[in-house]
Amino acid sequence: MYNFEFKQPKTISEALNALKSDEAEALAGGQTLIPTMKQRLASPATLVSLSKISEMRGICKNDDGSISIGGGTTHADVAANSNIFPGLVTLAENIGDPAVRNRGTIGGSLANNDPAACYPAAALSAGATIVTDSREISADDFFQGMFETALEESEIILSVRFPVPSLSSYQKFVQPASRFAMVGVFLSKFENETRVAITGASEEGVFRWKEAERALNEDFSEGSITDFVLEPSGMIGDIHASKEYRAHLVKVMTKRAVKSAS
Amino acid sequence: MPKDSGIGAATRRREDARFLLGSGRYSDDIVLLNQTYAVFARSEVANGIIKTINTSEAEKMPGVIAVFTGDDFVDVGGNPAGWLINSRDGEPMKEPKRPVLAHGKVRHVGDAYAAVIAETEQQARDAAEKINADIMELPAIIDMTSALSGSNYVHDEIETNQCFDWGWIEDNREATDNAIKNAHHVTTLELTNNRLVPNAMEPRCSIADYNAANDDYTLYTTSQNPHLTRLLISAFVLGIPENKLTVVSPDVGGGFGSKIYHYGEEALVLAAAKRIKRPVRWTASRSESFMTDAHGRDHVTKIELALDKDNNFLAFRTETMANVGAYLSNFSTVTPTILHGTLMAGNYSVPNIYVNVKAVFTNTAPVDAYRGAGRPEATYSLERVIDKAALELNLDPIALRRQNFIKSDQFPYVTAAGLNYDVGDYDAIMDRLEHHADIKGFAERKKISEKQGKLRGFGVNSYIEACGIAPSNLIGTLGARVGLYDAATIRVNATGNISVMVGAHSHGQGHETAFPQIVADMLGVDPNNVEIVHGDTSKIPFGMGTYGSRSLAVCGSAIVRGIEKIIAKGKKIAAHMMESTEDNVDFEDGVFSVRGTNKTVSFGDVALKAYIPHNFPIEDIEPGLEETAFYDPQNFTYPAGAYACEVEVDPNTGKVSIERFAAADDFGNIINPMIVEGQVHGGLAQGIGQALLEGCVYNDDGQLISGSYMDYTMPRAADLPSFVVDHTVQTPSTDNPLGVKGCGEAGAIGSPPTVVNAVINALRSAGHDITHIDMPLTPARVWAAMNN
Repeated sequence: MYNFEFKQPKTISEALNALKSDEAEALAGGQTLIPTMKQRLASPATLVSLSKISEMRGICKNDDGSISIGGGTTHADVAANSNIFPGLVTLAENIGDPAVRNRGTIGGSLANNDPAACYPAAALSAGATIVTDSREISADDFFQGMFETALEESEIILSVRFPVPSLSSYQKFVQPASRFAMVGVFLSKFENETRVAITGASEEGVFRWKEAERALNEDFSEGSITDFVLEPSGMIGDIHASKEYRAHLVKVMTKRAVKSAS
Repeated sequence: MPKDSGIGAATRRREDARFLLGSGRYSDDIVLLNQTYAVFARSEVANGIIKTINTSEAEKMPGVIAVFTGDDFVDVGGNPAGWLINSRDGEPMKEPKRPVLAHGKVRHVGDAYAAVIAETEQQARDAAEKINADIMELPAIIDMTSALSGSNYVHDEIETNQCFDWGWIEDNREATDNAIKNAHHVTTLELTNNRLVPNAMEPRCSIADYNAANDDYTLYTTSQNPHLTRLLISAFVLGIPENKLTVVSPDVGGGFGSKIYHYGEEALVLAAAKRIKRPVRWTASRSESFMTDAHGRDHVTKIELALDKDNNFLAFRTETMANVGAYLSNFSTVTPTILHGTLMAGNYSVPNIYVNVKAVFTNTAPVDAYRGAGRPEATYSLERVIDKAALELNLDPIALRRQNFIKSDQFPYVTAAGLNYDVGDYDAIMDRLEHHADIKGFAERKKISEKQGKLRGFGVNSYIEACGIAPSNLIGTLGARVGLYDAATIRVNATGNISVMVGAHSHGQGHETAFPQIVADMLGVDPNNVEIVHGDTSKIPFGMGTYGSRSLAVCGSAIVRGIEKIIAKGKKIAAHMMESTEDNVDFEDGVFSVRGTNKTVSFGDVALKAYIPHNFPIEDIEPGLEETAFYDPQNFTYPAGAYACEVEVDPNTGKVSIERFAAADDFGNIINPMIVEGQVHGGLAQGIGQALLEGCVYNDDGQLISGSYMDYTMPRAADLPSFVVDHTVQTPSTDNPLGVKGCGEAGAIGSPPTVVNAVINALRSAGHDITHIDMPLTPARVWAAMNN
């Protein structure tokens, strides 16, 4: 790690101010940024921690029935909250290990948009709205490819607003070493539509499997996607799984999501 | 009846209290006054010519005290291989120099070419980044087959990438070839024994302290064998006189073989400490551990098994390429040869065996002994090809093994691979295994699995290993450059408590508990009054350390011999005290008595008399009560066992889960059954890790792809079933006074083929025509095999 200046603002406006300085970077739970800095692969001059900003933490139910989760809310807090719908609870309680869950935050995960992270699948599947210090961004517009998002420099995710699906499920097939998603499928069934988001699999990062969505809109059953073949090109191929295997797993895990949705 | 102390008692490990409470004292915990920090500049390419190294900018960085490069070590020796292997044609192996720091060329990713010494680690790291090395990258030599056929060499001076081409036993080659040519059936299998990264929990750490007043050195280092490290540094590398170098290995957090060896970092900190006259320390980062700890396994093998029409084994023939990496690590030449080829009879009566091993240099980290060391590779090849033969001939795999077992009345049995198995009862072990495996219940369990959409398979193996490598005079003729005895000093203190200084080193094995059980049993004292001292060359006699499951069989035997000397001397003192003669004195349960009388003196009184010799037979014997014994065994010990496992395979994903696992082992006599059980559990976890999870991957450019826990899968508790462990079959070793055999590696040796056999069985039962999948059997590989 290189030396850096550390700031720990208590309010959002203090944080935004601090982020204006040269080479300043926001620090959420630090589960990606800190290891990267330790390997000297990142070297921000100033690190602005968001963890002391109480207005960015917590979970509440909105009047329209949706749920807002503060950007600084940890995975452990999401997993333990009774307002959260089943798929999201499963997702949060299976991220990493207890240490990761007690530090890592939903805002950090979404802003980083790791192609194998779990939260992007939930946000995209449920059609969440990402609320930042300056605007609201729909999940469909937010994710723009591996580690790429619609966020501007210094823009902070204050909260994430999730419509609550009537049925949901998150099915993760773990990469054996890292326990990140080798393929993760988040399924959200609303009154009018079913949305299926896939993480871990694509070279473009999280994506909606629209073909499966259409079929499930017609007939919400495992059988409706049995004959689909997902094209392996564009899938990630690495030492853990070939493109073909990932494409296959997308279908297997989607069927499991349909079967287990609750 | 289980005892509650002494030999055979399941005494809780006394060392665990400090380990579990975080009060262990590891090398990195040691803080020395005025200490400085070393950080290494390491190659980012697998193969390259060092054109220039400019250190001037680094030297000007804040806090920098000294910078070293390979130029600083051209006049010192190389780190040698501990075993000379000759090729089939009699040519000695190729032994290129392994320098302290790379010189002229870098040969693997992580190869250190420079080191910075600075006031803080951070300063040293900053400065190391300013070392300006002009390294011209060359094509990497990674694949062993291309390495052997190509003209691009890891070491240009030897003009080949082949270290040796070894035949065992060369005189058996023709007979083996003929047996295979004329056999009723021959089963052939090509397989890879996957490369593993040792991943000891504690990374390597070395701290050097130079005392200019006496011109002597102390090296604190994470070693499994401090005397061997000292010998290598003194006699081969730096030339520091042995009596001017103390090597201390305090608590060491796991080794699994990787800390047997002397590494360049140890020599660097010693040389640096002398130059700057201050202590120099270095602790590996986890990334450095991945790149530079000696890796394990990495064999590519073709094995053939010939059978007659009655399914009797006629011959095993193997051709193996063994990767030794970029440099010869200390045991790298003995591991794929003497520790592998000699075991190719397994547990079987087979008249013809021939083993050919080609050791190959590649641009990868050195490969050396890793838990089991050669024996897992032998067992895997044998037990996989036997299972394949059973498939091809439609035979029950257990019956085929039993039919060919060496029978209990055939011992001692000299195998066609040259070992003399002293004792064993493989059928009795298999009986115990079949009992625990509940083979009759398998069909019912399979039905239940199938109802849940899972395939279920059953796999079995049997294994033999050779522990406590010996005797020195024999291994000398086989190329060993060291002896393989061990030593113990028994120091009975004046107040009757006992310090035992041992050559073995404990880094997880529980010596501090097990060794006192032997002493307590023999001397009739409370084991809590016995203290074990290890890991410090200034305190212990010259021993060879701990590896190859040797500590109890070899060092434990030295303890026995030492105590026998203590008792003999005690009898002389007791005879004087009781006005008798030593041949009339008996010793039992801590009491000396004159036979046929009621005269007794306690062990404690004798100890006191030895140190306060006011009324003492000073004309006949010396005061004091301290004895040293060196013990050189006459043979290996031969633990054996049989393992069974049931797996479920998810046909949709290829994911394997182990549902049941039973291990039946014969370890001979057992000192502490709880420690034995723990050792078996750990070994099984490592073996299952190899079978299902672990795989070290270099890409074609020689980059270490699996260089962190993000990509290298370690076994976790949830990956393992609850083990059934049985060691009730005990045929005591006939070659050591304790009748013990060794248990540290068994689990890692026997489990990989068991798991793979079970997975193949599961897949075949679902109609897949699969006879082999290379480890690790990851979901991706199993799915690919099912879907071609």
